[in-house]
Amino acid sequence: MSSEPAIEVEKLVREFKKGPRAVDGIDLAVSPGEIYGFLGPNGAGKSTTVLMLTTLLPPTSGRASVGGYDIVRQGSQVRATIGAALQEAALDAILTGREHLMLQGTLQGLPSAERRRRTDLLLQRVGLTEAADRRVGGYSGGMKRRLDLALALVHSPRILFLDEPTTGLDPQSRSALWEEVARLARDEGMTVFLTTQYLEEADVLADRIGIIDHGHIVAEGTPARLKAEIGSPTVEVTPTEPESGDRLAELLSGFGDMRRNGNGSVTVQLPGGEAELAEIVRILDRADLHVQMLQLHQPSLDDVFLAKTGRKLEGAGDDASPAAAPEAGGGPERRRRGR
Amino acid sequence: MAVDAAAGAASLPRSRQTASLLEQTLAVGRRSVVRTSRQRALLIFPMVFPLILFAINGSALSAATKIPRFPTDNYRDFLIAVPFVQGAMFVSITAGVDLARDIETGFLNRLAMTPLRGEALLVGQLGGALVLGVIQAVVYLLVALATGVTIVSGVGGALVLLILSVLISFGFASLGGLLALRFGTGEAVQGIFPLLFVTLFLSSSSLPRNLIKADWFREVATYNPVSYLLESIRSLVITGWDAQALILGFGFATVLLVVSLAFSQSAMRSRLARR
Repeated sequence: MSSEPAIEVEKLVREFKKGPRAVDGIDLAVSPGEIYGFLGPNGAGKSTTVLMLTTLLPPTSGRASVGGYDIVRQGSQVRATIGAALQEAALDAILTGREHLMLQGTLQGLPSAERRRRTDLLLQRVGLTEAADRRVGGYSGGMKRRLDLALALVHSPRILFLDEPTTGLDPQSRSALWEEVARLARDEGMTVFLTTQYLEEADVLADRIGIIDHGHIVAEGTPARLKAEIGSPTVEVTPTEPESGDRLAELLSGFGDMRRNGNGSVTVQLPGGEAELAEIVRILDRADLHVQMLQLHQPSLDDVFLAKTGRKLEGAGDDASPAAAPEAGGGPERRRRGR
Repeated sequence: MAVDAAAGAASLPRSRQTASLLEQTLAVGRRSVVRTSRQRALLIFPMVFPLILFAINGSALSAATKIPRFPTDNYRDFLIAVPFVQGAMFVSITAGVDLARDIETGFLNRLAMTPLRGEALLVGQLGGALVLGVIQAVVYLLVALATGVTIVSGVGGALVLLILSVLISFGFASLGGLLALRFGTGEAVQGIFPLLFVTLFLSSSSLPRNLIKADWFREVATYNPVSYLLESIRSLVITGWDAQALILGFGFATVLLVVSLAFSQSAMRSRLARR
């Protein structure tokens, strides 16, 4: 792996007229072959950053290089190096999927035979072979996203930008897109810069995460490290009889910080990690206190976001969030690349 | 998503080079033509409307030929120039709305993220409008011949008429493209269209300039370049080979095209803001 970052950003700023700084002096570096998750709520500055890095929006100040090329002075080289699927799947409803890919291949300078080969291959890869000659206007949202991804890959870019690629997708399509993104990094060594407002998506896919809020990067690191920074896990215990709540609280008072949740339920922090769970079970058993529910909570990226910004990430609890996707796709750990 | 893992193990493209300006223009142009050809409403209605007006005015205003010094005794010979220019104005809407839609949907950004050159993007985007202009010109010419219009300049004159008509269409298409790039929405382009139409009515579309009674109208028509577009087409039908009329017609059409393209190029740079 080359030591030179695939993406390097220094003090990048973008100001809009009569508006706040959308991006306010961010620094980041993404290594070749890495999946970098850029996590933040709506309006945090994720898409503005992507537009600058893909040369579609000039920065107000600061500098950035993509694939070793400066985004301001070497825009054409940057564009030849990257593929991008932006927030809205920008497709022509009147053209077919195949026509999109052929057009993109031509503009990317692929020779005719290579263009056809690559088109067939990508259609197959994203499962659109049967729909290839249908107009895109009749595609579902998931099909459009898949075509969008295929278009970004026509010229086999070294670096791929995905701006909220799964927003609005059903769990199955989302899960499959995760698989494909993970495969691109794992098998083809592609660097992926992925923006998302979904915690689960960042957690599942990204090797490293940058959390952006109000144009600032407020935290950066691997998902595990970020969560570890927040602290220890918690356990939530709900007694069968709500009136046993006081006794339960007394029994668990020797562990860590405690919170009463109502209905007798108690949440207690485990400074010693999940190993302390066994001791809790033993104490409850010795006291003959019957519990209705006992649940271990690991720190989540939402906790990280809350700790760093003082508020919950928008949409984190939405039904549309990808938290439900693992059931459809076999679980997050299947996608995580073992490195 | 039915991701095929085996297909994923494909090799990278072996050879890749920047497509030439011509290849890029043709690729974008082909897409524009395909788009236009698949939107039949876009083809038919703008083409039919000028013909309906031609039929109505050709019948209702035929008495105008009795005005002394009117250049022909068949009003349709005089009026046939109008559908050509009116159709070209409709082409400006088609081209402008098409480009505005690409801006609104982000498709223009998609194209901008390729090594595509701005000139190819601009001219290629107008390809569909160009084809529309050709189809319209041929249809109007056939309708003219079918309704008894005589082209005094003969077959050669008819060919020049087609070329001139397509040039005018391309000029107006460029203007539509410019409006789209400046304003960025199809609604804005459509909103400006009536102003364009006014220039047709304030020209020598219904009467020769020397027969317009109202001084102000005649003055406006004289300064209105649309009059010269109409009169150049009209000259081929009624007069024969009139060099001055043709120079003025081709000249104004070329100026419209060149100026619109030049401003469009600048507007495209601002719009894309890519580096």
